[in-house]
Amino acid sequence: MIPGYEVVERVLALATADETIVIVTDASEASLRWAGNSMTTNGISTSRRWAVASIVRGSAGARVATASSTSIDPAEFESIVRKCEADAREAEPAEDAMPLVSATDPSVDWDLESERTSIDVFAHLSSDLSTGFDGADRLYGFAHHQVETVWLGTSTGVRRRFTQPTGSVEINGKRGDASAWVGAGTKYFDDVSVHGLLAELSTRLDWASKTVELPAGKYETILPSSAAADLMIYLMWTMEGRGAQEGHTALSRPGGTRIGEKLGALPLTLFSDPAHPGLEYSPFLTTASSNNSVSLFDNGLETSRVDWIRDGVVNALAYPRFAAEKYGAPVTVPGDNLVLTGGSDADIHDMVARTERGLLLTTLWYIREVDPATLLLTGLTRDGVYLIENGKVTGAVNNFRFNESPLDLLRRATEAGATIPTLPREWKDWFTRTAMPPLRIPDFHMSSVSAAQ
Amino acid sequence: MSCAVTQLSDRHVDPEFLALPLRELADSALDAAQRGGASHADFRVHRLFSQSLNMRDGSVQSVVDGSEIGIAVRVVVDGTWGFASHSALTIESAAEAARTAVTVAKALRELNREVVQLAPEPIYRDATWVSAYDKDPFAVPTQEKVEVLGEYSSRLLSADGVDHVTASVMQVKEQTFYQDLAGSSITQQRVRVHPQLEGTAVDQSAGVFESMRTLAPPVSRGWEYLEANSTWNWDDELAQIPHWLAEKIKSPSVEPGPTDLVIDPTNLWLTIHESIGHATEYDRAIGYEAAYAGTSFATPDKLGTLQYGNPAMHVTADRTERHGLATVGYDDDGVAAQKWDLVRDGILVGYQLDRVFAPRMGLERSNGCSYADSPHHVPIQRMANVSLEPDPVVDRSVDDLIAAVDDGIYVVGDRSWSIDMQRYNFQFTGQRFFRIRNGRLEGQVRDVAYQATTTDFWGSMELVGGASTRRLGGAFNCGKAQPGQVAAVSHGCPAALFRGVNVLNTRSEAGQ
Repeated sequence: MIPGYEVVERVLALATADETIVIVTDASEASLRWAGNSMTTNGISTSRRWAVASIVRGSAGARVATASSTSIDPAEFESIVRKCEADAREAEPAEDAMPLVSATDPSVDWDLESERTSIDVFAHLSSDLSTGFDGADRLYGFAHHQVETVWLGTSTGVRRRFTQPTGSVEINGKRGDASAWVGAGTKYFDDVSVHGLLAELSTRLDWASKTVELPAGKYETILPSSAAADLMIYLMWTMEGRGAQEGHTALSRPGGTRIGEKLGALPLTLFSDPAHPGLEYSPFLTTASSNNSVSLFDNGLETSRVDWIRDGVVNALAYPRFAAEKYGAPVTVPGDNLVLTGGSDADIHDMVARTERGLLLTTLWYIREVDPATLLLTGLTRDGVYLIENGKVTGAVNNFRFNESPLDLLRRATEAGATIPTLPREWKDWFTRTAMPPLRIPDFHMSSVSAAQ
Repeated sequence: MSCAVTQLSDRHVDPEFLALPLRELADSALDAAQRGGASHADFRVHRLFSQSLNMRDGSVQSVVDGSEIGIAVRVVVDGTWGFASHSALTIESAAEAARTAVTVAKALRELNREVVQLAPEPIYRDATWVSAYDKDPFAVPTQEKVEVLGEYSSRLLSADGVDHVTASVMQVKEQTFYQDLAGSSITQQRVRVHPQLEGTAVDQSAGVFESMRTLAPPVSRGWEYLEANSTWNWDDELAQIPHWLAEKIKSPSVEPGPTDLVIDPTNLWLTIHESIGHATEYDRAIGYEAAYAGTSFATPDKLGTLQYGNPAMHVTADRTERHGLATVGYDDDGVAAQKWDLVRDGILVGYQLDRVFAPRMGLERSNGCSYADSPHHVPIQRMANVSLEPDPVVDRSVDDLIAAVDDGIYVVGDRSWSIDMQRYNFQFTGQRFFRIRNGRLEGQVRDVAYQATTTDFWGSMELVGGASTRRLGGAFNCGKAQPGQVAAVSHGCPAALFRGVNVLNTRSEAGQ
């Protein structure tokens, strides 16, 4: 397999369109899955996908087409490029056409080969897990490691390379009818303590030795960081400028958008930052297609910190360059991490200790949008709802279906604790890099009881 | 040796795929696996062509052509699975992938406490199967597709009250070559398309908006599905959406509480998918998905006794239905496609299985539900086309069902969906909700969601529509497993009448 950077150069050399963008992504993955204290599936995969975008400029505008392929055979490159160029010539002018991003200094690691992972990355984890399998609790879970190397090259001279390691482990433990969950995000598994995770799991299962049935209703609720992350991720995905400007998202308001609107009393800041320590992501944009938030023409654009909400006030919406120009808004590139700050130094135990009566959740599940106008989301509590009485966890409660809007939760939150790295349970297949505080909601809406355990 | 599966199409597998060194690659991988000590090994070449075409307000937002190809090797060594894949289609990479799969199995053997045993299956040597379609979407020029979608968009955009229109069509052609140590060698080709248009009405001064989309389901058909002579009546639907949308945005908010519902198949398919399809997956029922997709209340100890719903409830699983998205000739375990019962007379009577789970259930043969969505993913048990059967005696119409309701709602089209991790508690919304008064429709209401527990809901099904109301719904993107995999699946169902289902007002739920 020829190196990724060479694919970029060969495809660009073949190109005859006015402008060309090439993105090559090499992915190396290892996975391990278990259920009922036994491994179920596993695997090692090595894959490459690459995309070419051909752009034909003319008096009517810029016509563009994109082709992606996993072919590693250089003999096939030309036919893919030619078809893409032919499609571009026949395409309608692109609405989001802009000049391509100009060249900057190439990445210093441009001509290095891709990084790989292997099954050995789980060596310590699998050994510790085997010990856990010998225990009394039934363990289920998944460990995944992916190393992606991306090369971006354009006919305007952009040459950028970035390597993104992404790992996660999650363990679901069951004891009788009780179920609990722990999880962690990581880059290379060297900072993951399975013993620590299993100890936390055991504590939570101990909490469930007493069970309490509670009806649907509004409860003072502490959302741990994982649950907060899942709700804030959905909010960020909704923060695209064009839809808000056109009046059909929850970030719209009569005659405009909610930019500048103060949500609540807490000075919370929700941001994405490619340089955030431990949660770094690509310092430049790559995308094989345009959508409401990003434009193909913006490939290579620098990513930078975006404060979606700053000190409790809606501050930014995503705009590719064309939409930013159209609406007179700042160009804003969506991020691949999400951090919520502005809380106290309190950890979740401190917050539990300050609670007279309320619920402590573990994770949320099957989150779906019910009403785009209010950003009402529904979903379920999962793997541990605990009753807090007089500052202590006194038992496990049945699961609930909730109906809540993350915008409203930010309006109503009365306390945020210390921000910590966390693994979002629901969205981790697409988005793992988050740091969130636990949030206290005085009246979290549990719409109905779920019999699921 | 057997070759019993019926061909659904007179089309053939693309010569370009057949020209690949499929058997040479397989022989290289299987030989290396056997040398490594594998008691079972299977090899797959998997190629996917895709095209995603997206338009917004009549302008093309993106056209992305994709192709993916790779090889996958799965082995059983000392009763433990090992899996490896590679993008390179060379004799060397095939052998290397097999050796890696053996290494993985040996490295993780200490974590395996359940010996892998596969249910036997007849050998299918040189079998070929192609899905039913007329026009290969990848043979249709992109510009022609843009013109069709653009013209459909313009019909909606030009209507009064429609401010924005999104349009998309996803097309997939999937080709696989499977060979195993036992001697089966199977080549298959499937085509599917999913077109969708949505109109949005905005009153910016009032800060109000509503949207409504087409109900044409994704299907295992070709480009003919989008053309004028399609089995879907595009002319009627595109003509009516502006009217329905205008009515919806002005409609009153629903009164919450227990409500009789007549549910159209365009909505009910998704409820079937979530509350029956997933609940009768055997891997979920025994905990394999406990940490992710979830388990099931319908556990194996309840087989034959669980009252799933009303005795009129008859649910089948079918991997042979023409134009079904989960229809195949053979699954990714090399098992021939079948049809069987999941729920009969309201009682749980079956599960969806692969070759590992069949023996664990005490069955001699898998019913063929193994599938991997990519060469880089291991096959797992996935959903067949799970369908609610219409009333076998009375061909009851939607109007007949509506006539049986004094005060209720007729639910049309799917939208939001969510269900818990044991498939008990669900909540669904829809595209349109028509008020029923004294057996007749009386305009739309809005802000509706219905929420229920699975067995209560199916127990409240009083009447099942007849065969003339049956429609095939479905999805391209059913998610399961880790690493995440998607699968396309269809669900056939008639309209049906449910009594006293809990209806929510979504604005009230949001505290508005």
